[in-house]
Formats: sequence, structure tokens, C-alpha cells
Amino acid sequence: MKILVNIKRVVDYQVTVRPTADGKDVETAGVKMSINPFDENALEAAVRLKEAGVATEVLAVAIGAAANQDVLRHALAMGADRALLVETDAPVQTLQTAKVLKALVEREAPQLVMTGKQAIDDDAAETAQMLSALLDWPQATFASDIQIADGRATVVREIDGGQETISFALPAVISADLRLNEPRFIKLPALMMAKKKPLENIALADLGNTAAPSLTLQAVNEPPARKAGRVLNNVAELVAALRAEKVLP
Amino acid sequence: MSILVIAEIDSHGIKAATRSAIAAAGQFGEEVHLLLAGSDLAGIAAKAKSINGLSKILVADAAEYAHGVAENLTPLLVKLAPSYSTVVAAATSFGKNLLPRAAALLDAAMVSEVTKIVSARTFVRPIYAGNLNATVEAPAGLALITIRPTVFEAAAETGGDAAIENIAATGDAGKTTFVSRELAVSDRPELATAKVVISGGRSLGSKEAFHGTLEPLAAQLGAAIGATRAAVDSGMAPNDWQVGQTGTVIAPDLYIAFGVSGAAQHVGGIKDAKVIVAVNTDPDAPIFQVADYGLVADLFNVVPELTAALQH
Repeated sequence: MKILVNIKRVVDYQVTVRPTADGKDVETAGVKMSINPFDENALEAAVRLKEAGVATEVLAVAIGAAANQDVLRHALAMGADRALLVETDAPVQTLQTAKVLKALVEREAPQLVMTGKQAIDDDAAETAQMLSALLDWPQATFASDIQIADGRATVVREIDGGQETISFALPAVISADLRLNEPRFIKLPALMMAKKKPLENIALADLGNTAAPSLTLQAVNEPPARKAGRVLNNVAELVAALRAEKVLP
Repeated sequence: MSILVIAEIDSHGIKAATRSAIAAAGQFGEEVHLLLAGSDLAGIAAKAKSINGLSKILVADAAEYAHGVAENLTPLLVKLAPSYSTVVAAATSFGKNLLPRAAALLDAAMVSEVTKIVSARTFVRPIYAGNLNATVEAPAGLALITIRPTVFEAAAETGGDAAIENIAATGDAGKTTFVSRELAVSDRPELATAKVVISGGRSLGSKEAFHGTLEPLAAQLGAAIGATRAAVDSGMAPNDWQVGQTGTVIAPDLYIAFGVSGAAQHVGGIKDAKVIVAVNTDPDAPIFQVADYGLVADLFNVVPELTAALQH
């Protein structure tokens, strides 16, 4: 069984993001970029399925500029067997991403597609649902446990206030929640080995028509700043202040 | 054209988040219809009739809609949506699971987690875990949106008199088998919705110290306990306690951070808290920049003192 894992290159989760000077976009020039953390959970799950003998191949896919090769090398170092970059310099929103992934699914014929539940840049949480719809496959979003046997998956999903378990026949699309696993730390030898693994480039235009309705970004603003805080001297002052705010009984 | 709101149903009936979606839909200035899809809906439909702001309720009563399975609900949405200008649901795990699936099949614009409706096609939504707000415009034509229920006051349960129309079900898609649902039962509130959250960073030192220090205070406050990513990574707290952009985004009335430095991803997850308190020995810790109240002190002294002070 082949697993295709979609990963996204985003501003590193530790970076404080700012709007660009014209207030029309997010400043990404000179900013540290990394693999989307939830995609790392998806990749870790796929690699573990391979290590467990359930999967035979893990293919990591990214869509975007040539710079995405760094997150794909990261994926290879984590244990993906090969990587594929769909190259474009234009921004690609979720429904177009789903259409690109559908084209890749038709080319690569995986039995399972995995991705993070959302990307920490746009926080949309849409791609997995859109892709499974286009493929007419079952979907399991916000997955925190995945068991695969005899061509069927049993998945525990994180839902509001608890969790639910669903079961379905493969092929399917699963999106990973944080609770699914803890991604492995990459050691130097794995990084060296990753340099030898195959990384293929495809131009976006070569995948056919992937046009989709897209949103126009008009403005990016910082939310209203919090009022300046006060440094207090002791616990008694803190208790008094919080009682005055009516957040303590 | 009218607006279609998708109802989310649980064992108590229509969820309050759906009434927030109805209130948001009212802002478009058009007729608002509610899709009620589920099984055994007679009682729920009768009650929904009086929700303020609805002109019509479409009732699709069938076994295949019982557990909110997206694969079964999507064909119904795909059938109904083209008669509407906008489809709205609350950005709960139910709405977020369902609407993008339908949007893809309709080849329609999807706008998730809307916090402000600027005009019929222009919306504000938080990005980077609320560290920034984006104003986005959807192209003309059908748009599907999920709204963040906490920012739209729920429509009243009384005052309306909607017409009820029964509609045909679309059948079982046969893709997914619902197995079970377990809702958390705990005497501690759930992290995502708790009114009070206290959290700890790596400086608590060990799993034992983390739990031993914070649990008595949490019990005293009726608080949920959270943790930084560093504390989770070093094994002091379980994964699902992580507060932040990559963990749980919270908006409690009171958030107290003990020994938390205030990394960007953590701050991204607490920005909507009403009151933020930071306790840290390092006066330069970035957490103090977002805190309403700060104590430059050792948490191992402050937590027991605070616990004791609250017993009086």
C-alpha cells in the first residue's frame, strides 16, 4: 500500500508574524520557514505505518515555489521514500490544492492520502475534506488514532467535547490532529540519507486544469493590542486585582 | 436569494453554535432557512420553529443523517445549495468537517472561521492562530462559510415562527460506518471551553512537579490545566493539554501562565483570553507583554500562596 502525504511550507511556528508594510499581506521575506507541524504528524503516522509493514511506500508531496525542497528533504529525512514538488510561484489556495492532489492521486494511485488537519498559516482546515470529496472517497478529519487492517481503517477523530470512532474501506483521506503522535527528531545520518532519495519536480501547468474559485486577500491587520499590563508585587495584590476584574470569586 | 444555515444536532437538540450561525446569517439581510438533517426530528423541528430570525426550516429526517456523517450529508447540501447565495454553518468540528467537502463538489468559494461579515462577499477571519486578521473577498456566486460561534451572539430560541417543509433524503453514501462517540466526562472543565485555565511551562521541572503543583490550584479554581509545547515535548504533560497555535486555542475569562516564557505560538493560542496573568522569574519573558497582570516571582512560591489565599 502506498501513502501520499501532503505537506505545506509555512512560517515557523515560533516566529511572530507581522503584516507587510502596505497591510495587504503577511510578511514572509527573511522569515524562517518550516514544515507545517500538523503535516509532520501526518508524515510520522505514514512512516510508522510503513515501519509496521502496513504500507510499502510513503510519498511526500508539496505544492509551491522551489524553496519547498527544504520541507521535502525534511520529509525524506523523517522516512518518506520519495518526494514530489508541484512547482508554482503563484499562491495556491485550498480547493486548488485539492485539485492538484487529485491529479497526483490519479498518477500515483495511493490507497491512502494523509495531511495535517490544518496549516498554521491560513488555519483553514479544508484540504482533506475537499480532496476526499473530489475523489469520492471516505474522509476522516482530525484523526488521533489510526488502525489499518484488511483494507479497512478504523479512525478515532477529535470532535468538540470528546472523540468519535469511524470505520471505512480504503482508499481514503485522513487529516492528522496533534494528538495522533509525536513526530520523531531527525538525526544527522537520516538527513544525509535524505539527500540521496529521489525528489521529482512537476510544473503545476503539467497537471492539467486545476483552476478553482479563490479568495482575494484585501488586508492583513494585527488584532487590537491588549491594554498595557501591570506588574504587581505579591499574591495579595493579584487576588485583589482579579476579584476587581470579577474573574475570581 | 436566501441564506441556508446547516443545523448541528446533539442529544439536547439544536446546538447553541447553530443559533450563532443563524444570527450571523441574519446579517446578510436576506431570508434565512435552516436545514435540519438527522433522524427522529419531529420534536427538534417543533422547537426550532420558534428560533428568532428563521423563515423556513427544511427537515430531512432519515437514518443516514443520524450521526452527522459528512459523506451522507454532502449530497443533500450539494442538492440544496445552488438555490441559495450563501451556506452558513458554525465552525465546530461538525461544520468544519462538512462544508469544505460540499464546497469542493459545488466548485464554490469556501471561507472558514469567519469572525466578521463585512459585506455579502467580504469577511474577516483570523490567520496564524489569531495573531493576524485577514480580510478576504470571495468571488461572486455561491459561497460556503463557517462562522466562529463565540463571536456571534446566538439567535434567541423564541420570537420566530418558521414554516416547516419536509424534504427528501439523499440516501446512505455507504462510505463510512459510524462506530461510537465518547464525550469527555470529567469533573475538570474541557480545556477549549473552560472559563478558567492555568498552565505551566518547562520550568516546572518534572511530570510530578507539574501535576503536584498545578492540580490543587486547578481544583480550587475549577480550572482546566494547560501546558506549553516545551512542557508537553519534555513529557511533563499530555499532548492534548498543549495550549497554543499548534495545540488548543483558548478564550477563557482568566488565564494564568506559570513559568511560561510566551513563545509566539503559545501567545497565538491565548490572545482572546479576557484576563491574562503571568508569573515568571524572568522579568524580560515575552509573556509579560501580553499579560494584564504580572508577578515577577517563583511559581513554586506563588502557586501554593494563591491556592491558600483562595481558600479564604
